[in-house]
Amino acid sequence: MSRHRNVRTMNYEEDFFDDDDVYGHSVEDNYCISPGTVSQFTFNRDAQHDLTHYMGESRIPEEDNEDDSDEDVEPLNDSSGCGRPKLNAVDDAKLNTCLEGMRNILGETFPEHVMVETAVKNNFDLSSSLNQLLSQQDAPKPQRQPREKRRNRSEASPKPPVMLLKDPVPRQTKSDTQAVSTAADDLSSLSLQSSEGSNTPAASKASSASSIAITKPDILSNGMGAVDEISSPDKPETQTDSVVPQTPKKDQMTSVPPLPRSSSKTKEKLNLQKEYEKRREGKDLLNLVVIGHVDAGKSTLMGHLLYQLGNVNRKMMHKYEQESRKVGKSSFAFAWVLDETEEERSRGVTMDIAQTRFETPHRLVTLLDAPGHKDFIPNMITGAAQADVGILVVNATKGEFETGFESGGQTREHALLSRSLGISQLIIAVNKMDTVDWAQERYDDIVKKLGQFLKQVGYKEADFFFVPCSGLSGENLTQCAKEPKLSSWYTGTTLVQQIDNFKPVTRSIDKPFRLTVADVFKGMGSGFSITGRINAGSVQNGDRMCVMPSADNAVIKGILQDEMPIPYAFAGDHVTMTITGLDITKVNMGNVICDMTNPVKVATRIRARVVIFNLKMPITRGFMVVYHYQTITEPAIIKRLVSQLNRSTGEVTHNHPKCLTKNSSAVVEIEFERPICLELYKDYKDLGRFMLRAGGVTIAAGMIEEVLKVKTKDEQAATNY
Amino acid sequence: MKLVNRDIDKHNVGSVVLLPEEAEDMWHAYNLVGIGDTLRGTTIRKVQTQTATGSVNVNKVRTTLTIQVEAIDFDTQGCVLRVKGRNIQENQYVKMGAYHTIDLEPNRKFTLGKHEWDSVSLERIENACDPTQHADLAAVVMQEGLAHVCLITANMTLVRAKIETHIPRKRKGQCQQHDKGLNRFYDQIIQAILRHVNFDIVKCVLIASPGFVKDQFAEYLFDQAFKMDLKILMDNKSKFLLIHSSSGFKHSLKEVLQDPAVMAKLADTKAAGEVKALDDFFQMLQNDPDRAFYAVKPVEKAAEHQAVEVLLISDELFRAQDVAQRKRYVHIVDVVREHGGDVKIFSSLHVSGEQLGQLSGVAAILRFPMPDDEEYSGDED
Repeated sequence: MSRHRNVRTMNYEEDFFDDDDVYGHSVEDNYCISPGTVSQFTFNRDAQHDLTHYMGESRIPEEDNEDDSDEDVEPLNDSSGCGRPKLNAVDDAKLNTCLEGMRNILGETFPEHVMVETAVKNNFDLSSSLNQLLSQQDAPKPQRQPREKRRNRSEASPKPPVMLLKDPVPRQTKSDTQAVSTAADDLSSLSLQSSEGSNTPAASKASSASSIAITKPDILSNGMGAVDEISSPDKPETQTDSVVPQTPKKDQMTSVPPLPRSSSKTKEKLNLQKEYEKRREGKDLLNLVVIGHVDAGKSTLMGHLLYQLGNVNRKMMHKYEQESRKVGKSSFAFAWVLDETEEERSRGVTMDIAQTRFETPHRLVTLLDAPGHKDFIPNMITGAAQADVGILVVNATKGEFETGFESGGQTREHALLSRSLGISQLIIAVNKMDTVDWAQERYDDIVKKLGQFLKQVGYKEADFFFVPCSGLSGENLTQCAKEPKLSSWYTGTTLVQQIDNFKPVTRSIDKPFRLTVADVFKGMGSGFSITGRINAGSVQNGDRMCVMPSADNAVIKGILQDEMPIPYAFAGDHVTMTITGLDITKVNMGNVICDMTNPVKVATRIRARVVIFNLKMPITRGFMVVYHYQTITEPAIIKRLVSQLNRSTGEVTHNHPKCLTKNSSAVVEIEFERPICLELYKDYKDLGRFMLRAGGVTIAAGMIEEVLKVKTKDEQAATNY
Repeated sequence: MKLVNRDIDKHNVGSVVLLPEEAEDMWHAYNLVGIGDTLRGTTIRKVQTQTATGSVNVNKVRTTLTIQVEAIDFDTQGCVLRVKGRNIQENQYVKMGAYHTIDLEPNRKFTLGKHEWDSVSLERIENACDPTQHADLAAVVMQEGLAHVCLITANMTLVRAKIETHIPRKRKGQCQQHDKGLNRFYDQIIQAILRHVNFDIVKCVLIASPGFVKDQFAEYLFDQAFKMDLKILMDNKSKFLLIHSSSGFKHSLKEVLQDPAVMAKLADTKAAGEVKALDDFFQMLQNDPDRAFYAVKPVEKAAEHQAVEVLLISDELFRAQDVAQRKRYVHIVDVVREHGGDVKIFSSLHVSGEQLGQLSGVAAILRFPMPDDEEYSGDED
């Protein structure tokens, strides 16, 4: 069984805390070891993970606290208190610190009572008691020191006071046999302790003990607890517990052989908030989606804008002009900046979201150019779900505006969609003004009709702005109107100025990390890349994240924004992340990369509140719809009509209605074919919204109220995957 | 299916001898056979024989058995019907009461006996033996990254292949991955078509998608057919028909079948007829909710008032294990017929039947408005 011996003598400390460690998640993945062996010889990390769920949101900033070794000492004191001389609280604490230090160095070569004795003799001075002990007997050097230490750590807390043994010596042996102790034990025993806290020192200890209970699983789940504990002596001591003397600790630190890994990660974590503040002082980030009816000139307008801003170099532009002329579509030259696939260029229609970045004096803008064609609305929804603000491009040409605006036109549908997807501010670019000879009447007419409609949809008057322009001639994009026919009556802002005037958006960076995968592809170097917008929280290089719904762990190896590597990214950023630690086939569009301790919700059935738009057919039970959410489109079935609501007051007007007709509001239950990652509206606003479409028409917008059913992995495997 | 012999008395007790000829007949058989019926057919049985010296021989024997049905299992993919039950007629190989599972095979006749042949079953036999109802077609419903290759027969829609691949999106300056992914996706669909579509039977291949995917695919398909010398595709080029659909999910097939171009080609096939009937129902629900009922109780009530003009009912309901349940549905059908109503029995394998199944399995368009105060709270699962 030499194989097993390998496992037993393995130096877990190094393996566990290596960045790309393969042992991190599961040993069984890589080796054929029987489950029995695993439970006997390995540290049950899974159990630790689970524990953190109980903690909920209450993450304790353990990074700077945990290096105080006294946290391990307190419970030790509890458990071995009987065999010790009676001391007052201060001395007791001193003794603990000293003991811990000694143990770190000596391991378990000396019985505890000897150590206690020596410590008391030397007045709790670590170095002198060490000297005494070592000189007493030429103790063998502890050979597997990291491991011993580890055992100490895990043994320290689980001893409930009830189990106290009178003689300290057997206690040692006992703890030796106790190879694996789960954190769940820790917790229960500790809470037991705190409830029993009756004698005076215990009362104060109880509280600190319970605080340990909270930090502990966090440390372990981060997989770097032990590292921090030792290798960050230079960090400020923030523990407020005045009883614990800090001085001997320093000695102890110096005597411990330093571990190779630094705790740079924890330090950086502290800076994240600052870093974000710093960035905020610069330009505000805006995600801008360009929407509108097909052939309104969205791509051309944005292409020209990018050209005028200098984001497209002259040489490229010249190339596009030449090539587009060759295929007889010279007016599409600017659109080619954004429409890059062959299909899009040859057809002259944008089919998928194009993404690029530009800067205005006060804003950093991520531009998402959405397709306008009716059949590509799923793609448009993907884009709009990632945006904060939008530009609605309308075609001023006679007849064209009307076709886009009448029912079934995309001007109408896009405006409705963008409003439902949480786009708060809108610029309406009245495009192709050159075709109507810059006529003011035409402009005013459009402003009036559209303004009225937008107010109906739910935009406040202060949240939408009109700008006349021309994408082809480039009028009123970056420079004020030069065309005399326009400047004679229009003195307002240019398109870029108006973009610059968008109010900044608040983002939820303190919430647990969420990123909905928009694309997966093989990148350069190791691993593979995913792109997406960070919905909430922040991320930095080297972070360990969880991919839902498969619940695989992954390590973020690199973050790119606009092709430039960045150390951290925050909510709202569009990033490309390189991921290692799992296979490319395990990540799909619509999966969510999320915080390990606070994973995203996964559901196969939800209850949602929906607002129903114009319908050709009423919605009944069993209605088959397409569920559009973030980057995914999934078939779904409306399983149940729970209640019909009053549209304005939200009161229930009718329970279990027979069907839902147009322009109503209701609560329904929706079931999916496979588990889908989602969040409740009340937790994450933008992650709680979705759209329902059927037969190529958007029929409803909704908010997720409750997760009703979650299929387990087994069930799912049993059905069809 | 061929009806070889029919022996049903005036009390509707008796048996029929049927000869299934193709895959679809198995589906009919599946809908006919109920628990408690007797089934007689040829089958292969492993028989143990012991010689005088005590050595045991096992050999397979083809024999005819009669069983009392206890369980029925239908595999939609292979179109195989397996019927499990106990032997009720002893013969030299199989003892009385021994369990046996009969696999019904095409072109081997079987005898089905029932204690009560109801109208629905009899009609099913009639339909099954009607040779005019044949319209086989294949359909590829697709969108970028997702495709369903389906075969549609009079009573079945079978998804032969579901292709789901991730196609990298277009990114600034890097479209090769997108194009490569797309071509790989198309290749997979072509393979699926070659494997699953029998061009001797199939009259028409529908290619449906939103946007330009269908055009792009068709172009690629014939391009590849030319390059790789796939004669079968070149010869049947005229059978391909491009239709618009709103998505690549299976339920979009409903839209495809509603398309006028397809309607003209299919005219009067069951699949198209069902889609239309369901559409009418929804239309009525929109325009006059009091004339469109669904769920068993309200429809039952309407039937009693002789109000039902068109009854839509899924054949799934008649496969109910519970005899009383089945009788209840048969009763509704009989009542509606009696009063001159039209009864459409949907195949639960079609998309429209699937949707009707979601809608409790039974719906009705009424002759006149009726107040409907039922609460539609039921939820089958």
